[in-house]
Amino acid sequence: MMATDASAPSYRMRRLFVLGLFALGMLTLVARAADLQLLKRDFLRNEGDARQLRVLPVPAHRGMITDRNGEPLAISTPIDSVWANPQETLAAPERLNALARVLDMRQRDLEQRLNERAGREFVYLRRHVTPGMAAQVRALDIPGVGLQREYRRYYPMAEVSAHVLGFTDIDDRGQEGMELAYDEWLVGSAGAKRVIRDRLGRVIRDVESIRPARPGRDLALSIDQRLQYLAYRELKAQVQAEGARGGSVVILDVQSGEVLAMVNQPSYNPNNRGSLRGDVFRNRAVTDLFEPGSTIKPFTVVAALESGRYRADSIIDTSPGRLAVGRHLVVKDFRDYGRIDMAGLLVKSSNVAATRIALGLEPRQLWSVFQRVGFGQLTSSGFPGEAVGQLPPYARWREVERATLSYGYGLSMTPLQLAQAYAALGNDGEMANVTFLRDAPETAPRRVINPEVARQVRHLLEGTVSDQGTGARAAVAGYRIAGKTGTARKSVAGGYSEDRYIATFAGIAPLGAPRLAMVVTIDEPSRGDYYGGLVAAPVFGRVMAGALRLLDVAPDDLPELRADEHPREGGPA
Amino acid sequence: MFDGETPRETLGRAVARLLHLDFALLGGLLLLAAIGLTILYSASGEESAMLLRQLVRLGAAFAVMVLLANLPMQSLRLWAPWVYGAGVLLLLLVLLVGDIGKGAQRWLDLGVIRFQPSELMKLAVPLMLAWYFAEKPLPPAFRHLAVAAVVLLLPVALIVKQPDLGTALLVASAGLFVIFLAGMGWRYIVGLLVLAAATAPVAWHYLHDYQRRRVLTLLDPERDPLGAGYHIIQSKIAVGSGGLYGKGWLNGTQSQLEFLPERSTDFIFAVFTEEFGLLGALLLIAVYLFIIFRGLYIAVRAQDTFARLLAGSLSLTFFVYVFVNMGMVSGILPVVGVPLPLVSYGGTSMVTLMAAFGILMSVNSHRRLISK
Repeated sequence: MMATDASAPSYRMRRLFVLGLFALGMLTLVARAADLQLLKRDFLRNEGDARQLRVLPVPAHRGMITDRNGEPLAISTPIDSVWANPQETLAAPERLNALARVLDMRQRDLEQRLNERAGREFVYLRRHVTPGMAAQVRALDIPGVGLQREYRRYYPMAEVSAHVLGFTDIDDRGQEGMELAYDEWLVGSAGAKRVIRDRLGRVIRDVESIRPARPGRDLALSIDQRLQYLAYRELKAQVQAEGARGGSVVILDVQSGEVLAMVNQPSYNPNNRGSLRGDVFRNRAVTDLFEPGSTIKPFTVVAALESGRYRADSIIDTSPGRLAVGRHLVVKDFRDYGRIDMAGLLVKSSNVAATRIALGLEPRQLWSVFQRVGFGQLTSSGFPGEAVGQLPPYARWREVERATLSYGYGLSMTPLQLAQAYAALGNDGEMANVTFLRDAPETAPRRVINPEVARQVRHLLEGTVSDQGTGARAAVAGYRIAGKTGTARKSVAGGYSEDRYIATFAGIAPLGAPRLAMVVTIDEPSRGDYYGGLVAAPVFGRVMAGALRLLDVAPDDLPELRADEHPREGGPA
Repeated sequence: MFDGETPRETLGRAVARLLHLDFALLGGLLLLAAIGLTILYSASGEESAMLLRQLVRLGAAFAVMVLLANLPMQSLRLWAPWVYGAGVLLLLLVLLVGDIGKGAQRWLDLGVIRFQPSELMKLAVPLMLAWYFAEKPLPPAFRHLAVAAVVLLLPVALIVKQPDLGTALLVASAGLFVIFLAGMGWRYIVGLLVLAAATAPVAWHYLHDYQRRRVLTLLDPERDPLGAGYHIIQSKIAVGSGGLYGKGWLNGTQSQLEFLPERSTDFIFAVFTEEFGLLGALLLIAVYLFIIFRGLYIAVRAQDTFARLLAGSLSLTFFVYVFVNMGMVSGILPVVGVPLPLVSYGGTSMVTLMAAFGILMSVNSHRRLISK
């Protein structure tokens, strides 16, 4: 059979050698297979799982913010972000051009972005893209490029409530305003799920849910969207008409301390913050301090009446309309008002009378009233970045301070603090905690002013809005209004400016059974008029008229309505 | 099915004899092709178009096998030097005007088909060497060995230059098997091994970067897990996670999720083991063993030196195919482009393989015809 092999003696050996090698090779393969498949199986299966199984976050949407009537103020809407695994995406460079075109980026920038983060497995290419762009990216189906579901905040009221609400960053965390203050409440907790992904990172199937996403809780604010609109419209119109730098309106419920409206100028659109500068983000009504000027005089009168040394009909001689205090200060009135009572002091806004009263009181007595109504202290609003303001301790008051403080210089406050003080006046001397929440835990209001004194001063303030008063333009048909104008020179380096003012009007309505306290400030009106009565009072009048009607507050000045023979809704706004 | 005694199978046997086919070999090859198509369906992501193309190739390859099985050994022996000469010329031509694909110059575009001359050399080299030694006294003298070395090294060097290390390896082993089986003295063998060991560092120097990387990767796949080590790591994971019984057909995650590269071609064994486990692997190896043993059996029974050397070399080269591919997939050999015979997707190497089996069948059947 193997005839030719006979001549070669080593062939048997050779055949055995071949068979030996052969057997060795096969044994090696089998041993290796057994080694991998039996001994290292668990390790290698884990390795496989580590490549295929991924734990992905399940985004939770942020709670909605609503106004007190449930109207949405901030809503989270689902949106896609485009991400990439740089290594895999760079492996297909011929697709980058198409990707860059869809993402509206330059290809060079896209490549640079990928190359810079080539060592990572995840890089955002573009966040919060439009649904159309997301669909295009999905259609391209480029290796290593994926979409991630995220949530984006949308603010239906846009600039109107921008300052109160604040905004969130791209990661949906609160950055300003209520979004920041109640971030922990609003933010949901992302869930987690285990998925199988292929090499290109596409999710093939969900394996299990590890933890369900818990959506954030909703938050109802005390804000009334309707008042907010109204206040914003009137403020913006006035700021533009007067060429002012800015302005604020705050409306408080005098009994509950709830902020019903808070608007500022200038504002911004929180849905498109793109290139805005930081100062438009300030909620001036809470963060900006001003010297209240004459709007503080009611509290000087409160101190006078509480001391027992003065009564509402006590006469003060203001002649000749000027009064020297110390060596440097001469307190002046607009003109010589002669002998006036407390009502006259407030209606004419006499600095001389206020000074005479203050000098007739212990410093502590005036300071005590200011301190009790909350000047120089944070309110309970909890608003991020709220300013404290300054109220100098009475021990340091010299005669000059005693004089100037009585008519609103030498101390500073926010519009919100001033509104809070007027609300106490409107609530018979009881001060409720200021809050932005509808469902804030109820706290007992604190008595800060003698109730009888509060009522008296309130009624004294009605004269301001009379035809003879400085705040006649704040009048609201059908309602009795108590209020006070203020025109404060702005303090500048080295003293007070001659031509820059803050015009203010603060008031309460309706006088019979007060519901609302409102403060209007107009910062640096530049079209000639700058008196609070001319610049701020009209805003107060228009907003208050609308607010009272919207809130269905019963008119308390019916004879006038009857005299006009107009139905209720016919009253001038 | 192929060893029964029923009349129908006897008829089949008669047909096979008429066509000069070897029944056992044919059975093993058909079984292998069936296994291959089964796993290819899974590896291709259940793509029937791919399956169809492979089926067409298989048909063509089997036709080539039948053709060569009917070619008498004498003609083959007559043509051997001409085939070899033409092959070397074509290799030179490829280096000059060949098409470049995947970074290597391997293809010759003949207009109708693209042709890879290096594949031809897998047959031409053992043919030529068998032809050469058939007329020389055996065991060969040193000068004959030297000539054989030149005959072997010329085409191997041309193929390495392309570069196509996998094919060069297979051509070289086919030739070396002929020389070995011809009876090269043991001292030469030992001497060659020593020489190989001594020149290894020089050879290392001449390797392409990617080739060096593959070797280093074998030693430590984790040194570049996303680059050179990626194939090996993913492949080992696929093989290992199969376990004893496998994950089941179409259920291999490594392959179905496309983590495994080249999963329908060179790395198809990983898909197979992931889905059919160690038992499946053992079965597949058993089928290969059966075919190789049948080939060696034919070689041992061959009538003359030319046929014996040729058949032995072709059978052992087939073993090298299997060993290198499986070794590479399971991470004990560096990654070289050697397909798993008759299972991997792809045409050229399959035709060459089946041609080799045709020659084996010819060796067997024509011997019998003469002896009868």
